[in-house]
Amino acid sequence: MTLLTTLELLGTLSLLLGLLLGYASVRFKVEGNPVVDQVNAILPQSQCGKCGYPGCRPYAEAVVSGEAEINLCSPGGESTLLALSSLLGRPIPKSQLSSPIEDNPPKVALIDESNCVGCTLCIQVCPVDAIVGAPKWLHTVITQECTGCELCPPVCPVTCIHMVNLPPSLSTWKWPFPSIKYNI
Amino acid sequence: MTDYLFIFISTVLVNNFVLVKFLGLCPFMSVSNKLETAMGMGLATTFVITLSAMSSYLVNQYLLIPLNLAFLRIITLILIIAVVVQFTEMVVHKTSPLLYQALGIFLPLITTNCAVLGVALLNIQEQHQLLESTFYGFGAAVGFSLVLILFSAMRERLSTADVPLPFKGAPIVLVTAGLMSIAFMGFAGLIQ
Repeated sequence: MTLLTTLELLGTLSLLLGLLLGYASVRFKVEGNPVVDQVNAILPQSQCGKCGYPGCRPYAEAVVSGEAEINLCSPGGESTLLALSSLLGRPIPKSQLSSPIEDNPPKVALIDESNCVGCTLCIQVCPVDAIVGAPKWLHTVITQECTGCELCPPVCPVTCIHMVNLPPSLSTWKWPFPSIKYNI
Repeated sequence: MTDYLFIFISTVLVNNFVLVKFLGLCPFMSVSNKLETAMGMGLATTFVITLSAMSSYLVNQYLLIPLNLAFLRIITLILIIAVVVQFTEMVVHKTSPLLYQALGIFLPLITTNCAVLGVALLNIQEQHQLLESTFYGFGAAVGFSLVLILFSAMRERLSTADVPLPFKGAPIVLVTAGLMSIAFMGFAGLIQ
């Protein structure tokens, strides 16, 4: 008799609670990985591939799954690195000094206008529409829009596009990182 | 009303589950690295303990005792706790994916947090009524969260402090926990 009641009680209870959980899993279903979306929103979306991944979204997926460091996005620069670090709670990598961002200070493309033949090839590859020009007219780069992704120099038939360092201006200069060593 | 207040204060401060009863030490040590994670863990555990204290009272009072099945108490309570934790995990995954990722394995491990089962069993042992059980569970959970948050704030400060080499890592954490426990003994005379 006790055995039967035991079985009935535990069976009914498990069935009811199981139904509750089943309902909850439908009600609170999560589509995809929302963290990837948040990381993707921080990245500059220039799809330049300098991080080694085919675009910003694949890089976001790699960052979230932990296979990529957060400091590979050089068009995003330091602000992207800091935003990713605070979003994901991951420390800025120790190898920061040899990271792509520190090794490569921000660069922009510069078109040597005396050699430009107006072929529009560079306009077609620019992911952020930072190059203005028309067929047979010379092109130029809008420096504020250029993310330095280096996609345009290879396609120029007359190699008139060069990457130049962006000299620090009053709005971009910042204090250098402190060199105090903490024992963490 | 004062009864409930007494129950609340005594579980939060005087009979704190972590520092005085030594229950739930596993998340206390392992999720206290960062303040934000500790807050999330505190919230999730509060939800779980309060809900499971309430539902375990109901199940014990209206199913186990009438059916004369008091010997099934522990397995039934574990079943309820596991369901509540699973439910909490789904809600956290939906509402705060970052917290879900930060808590990681420790979120499902609330099931095995002995404070949760401890609250349910102590409620039955001390023959609390429904509201008393709820307040007891809520107080225990608030005490757990309070201690967890205080401890993680201290550990954040410790991580930049100049700790002597033999004390680095786990030892200084245990020493800190011990000192906190001694400090909480000062509340012992608060409620007669």
